[in-house]
Amino acid sequence: MLCLLFFLVTAVGAELCQPDAENAFKVRLSIRTALGDKAYAWDTNEEYLFKAMVAFSMRKVPNRETTEISHVLLCNVTQRVSFWFVVTDPSKNHTLPAVEIQSAIRMNRNRINSAFFLNDQTLEFLKIPSTLAPPTDPTMPIWMIIFSVIFCIVIVAVMLLIFSGIRQRRRKSKGPSEVDDTEDKCENMITIENGIPCDPLDTKGGHINDVFMTEDERLTPL
Amino acid sequence: MEKSRSLCSWGQYLLSCLGFAVGLGNIWRFPYLCQTHGGGAFLIPYLIALVLEGIPVFYIELAIGQCLRRGSIGVWTAVSPYLGLGCLTVSFLVSLYYNTVLSWVLWYLLNSFQDPLPWSSCPLDINRTGAFEAECQASSTVSYFWYRQTLNITADISDNGSIQWRLLACLAASWAVVYLCVIRGIETTGKAIYFTALFPYLVLTIFLIRGLTLPGAVRGLIYLFTPNVQTLRNPRVWLDAATQIFFSLSLAFGGHIAFASYNPPRNNCEKDAVTVALVNSLTSLYASIAVFSVLGFKAANDHGNLLRLLNAFDLPDQSISRDDYAAVLAHLNATQPESVARLPLEVCQLEDFLDKSASGTGLAFVVFTEAVLHMPGAPGWAVLFFGMLFTLGLSSMFGNLEGIITPLLDLGVLRRSVPKEVLTGLVCLLCFLSATCFALQSGSYWLQVFDSYAAPLNLIIFAFFEVVGIAYVYGMPRFSDDIACMTGRRPGLYWRVTWKVVSPLLLLTIFVAYIAVLAWTPLSYRAWDPQYVGPLGATGSHFGPALATCVLLCFLPALWVPAVALVQQLAKRRQKQDTWQDGCPKLQEGGAS
Repeated sequence: MLCLLFFLVTAVGAELCQPDAENAFKVRLSIRTALGDKAYAWDTNEEYLFKAMVAFSMRKVPNRETTEISHVLLCNVTQRVSFWFVVTDPSKNHTLPAVEIQSAIRMNRNRINSAFFLNDQTLEFLKIPSTLAPPTDPTMPIWMIIFSVIFCIVIVAVMLLIFSGIRQRRRKSKGPSEVDDTEDKCENMITIENGIPCDPLDTKGGHINDVFMTEDERLTPL
Repeated sequence: MEKSRSLCSWGQYLLSCLGFAVGLGNIWRFPYLCQTHGGGAFLIPYLIALVLEGIPVFYIELAIGQCLRRGSIGVWTAVSPYLGLGCLTVSFLVSLYYNTVLSWVLWYLLNSFQDPLPWSSCPLDINRTGAFEAECQASSTVSYFWYRQTLNITADISDNGSIQWRLLACLAASWAVVYLCVIRGIETTGKAIYFTALFPYLVLTIFLIRGLTLPGAVRGLIYLFTPNVQTLRNPRVWLDAATQIFFSLSLAFGGHIAFASYNPPRNNCEKDAVTVALVNSLTSLYASIAVFSVLGFKAANDHGNLLRLLNAFDLPDQSISRDDYAAVLAHLNATQPESVARLPLEVCQLEDFLDKSASGTGLAFVVFTEAVLHMPGAPGWAVLFFGMLFTLGLSSMFGNLEGIITPLLDLGVLRRSVPKEVLTGLVCLLCFLSATCFALQSGSYWLQVFDSYAAPLNLIIFAFFEVVGIAYVYGMPRFSDDIACMTGRRPGLYWRVTWKVVSPLLLLTIFVAYIAVLAWTPLSYRAWDPQYVGPLGATGSHFGPALATCVLLCFLPALWVPAVALVQQLAKRRQKQDTWQDGCPKLQEGGAS
């Protein structure tokens, strides 16, 4: 008799928890992706912990404080690791509505994640979207700050260069004897070379012939 | 008019030429060409083009600039007229859109100083209901950031949209930086070039070392360099190699002539030409190794398909490695074909992914930014990468601006009492105002048009006339004498043969091939179609109303050649009339015609 009852219960349980059943949710874990070498194996103890976390989440819902671990049913556990779960009511005849389970899981998602050392991407509840953090809109975008800094530096440098150029020109106009050192160096380089000065492509239109110039000087103006 | 200041340091001069030659194209055009045209085999046509076309034309530019000590207008007025103004116009047009690209790089650089990077996640949609923006989900986070949040691009070139204030601000900032470096001409450029020319090499080395240690990098490199000699039979490969060398060395802009004009006349420009050209090509190779090691890492990281298989068939987590994927897929296809058919599997092969990797702005702003996301310490790498791109472009901008400013100085546009800062300021301001059209929503399309049609044809025409002008009009004997004067020995057989025969022929061939390609393929540009789902989300379109602008851009700089010829003929005729009227024969104007 008892055996029959036991079979009946498990049969009913099996019917309640099936892939794509009403109010059933699929869960997918990617433990190795998240933890790499420190990954733990998924066994029945971990399943027990999962059931406990779901029951804990349901107990926080008003009117569902009496949810027990045995009310949470898991089925179709695969190698992936993925499985389906449902939460039944105390009579174990029908499952709790999906909306309630959804809101309960969303409220406690963080606790469930941390129990398994996973996050929203590696512990997926399909059909239960995660609550996204509110977008942090800073009062002033970062790029604008850096842009202003760079722009100010550039403007200041340009001003400095312009003013130093003006000052240099003023000094030059006052003292014409101040010859540029760099210019001198270049001139010296040419003469030191000791070769024929390289100016075959002199394109000054209207050559001034030196011979004629000296002749002009000889002829004194009347 | 003698130069009142000189780049007396040979190091500064060499770095300036190198910085001008090494630009953004070395990073994002050469690796793409190398990989699409048969990997290691592409180096063969590339080297041949370098030896037969790149180095000879480069040597001519340096020699003529150094000997005549003037910018492009002065030089060509002395040798064979008409070309100088054309070079000036091309430099102007190229400066406009080149600095716009720099402003985009600057925008990305400014946005790299935050963790997580803004292109790592989709923004929530307007109602904040929890779903992401539809456009972002359909394409990818990086594409969305580039096309929507940066460019805010329209679907068509004729739809101009509104001015993007963020881009305009970045454009103003980049022109301000350029002005700061060019403010006193070669004096300030020579100081800035130490940083802008050397910093990219430092960053490339860092990326190379980091890239080679990433998993999957070696596969990317093997794919890049595996030679496929069959591709050499395609004439398109040779055409691409020749044009790549040409644009990579930044020939016919007038910038190298301007830099060389600041040299003392007794500098060995032959050695400089060969050195700079070789270093430029080596930099391209170096950059492609760094880029492809990072791309290989990115491809190895892409495991969307693996996840889909694992989830659909409930296989253990991480049980399929990248190498097993093909075998597992075949097995599943054999046992459960219907389930496999229902899965939205993308083509998942490393080679296919690398083939989709783009060149140009697509590589830098979409593919590489996504690769950087996966590297630990992503913001730091993004800052380094975009900093490198910015300094690379900046050193090329110096050359472009020198190609504008030096001829203007030679022309004597402003009085000598007006300081140089005013001239450079006016040039930068004019360029900035003209470039504001690129800050429109359709600006990126206009840039594509400029890049594809404005520069290439004109530069080839000018380079052809450069070589022909020197070799035939000016005369090889005279030019050999000048070179003997400068470097101490006459040019050898190799130089004479390439200048007289090989380079003009090659340039003519490239020109004809370019015209043929233009005539064959309908004019098009790549547009962003939010509905199209793909890695770069681009489709091709044709444009009608903008065709007129395109044609104008193509030929405007080249039109200077006959225009100036006409003006000079008219001036000469009027002068002849004047002399007849005066009754006294005057001395003929020497040299200038």
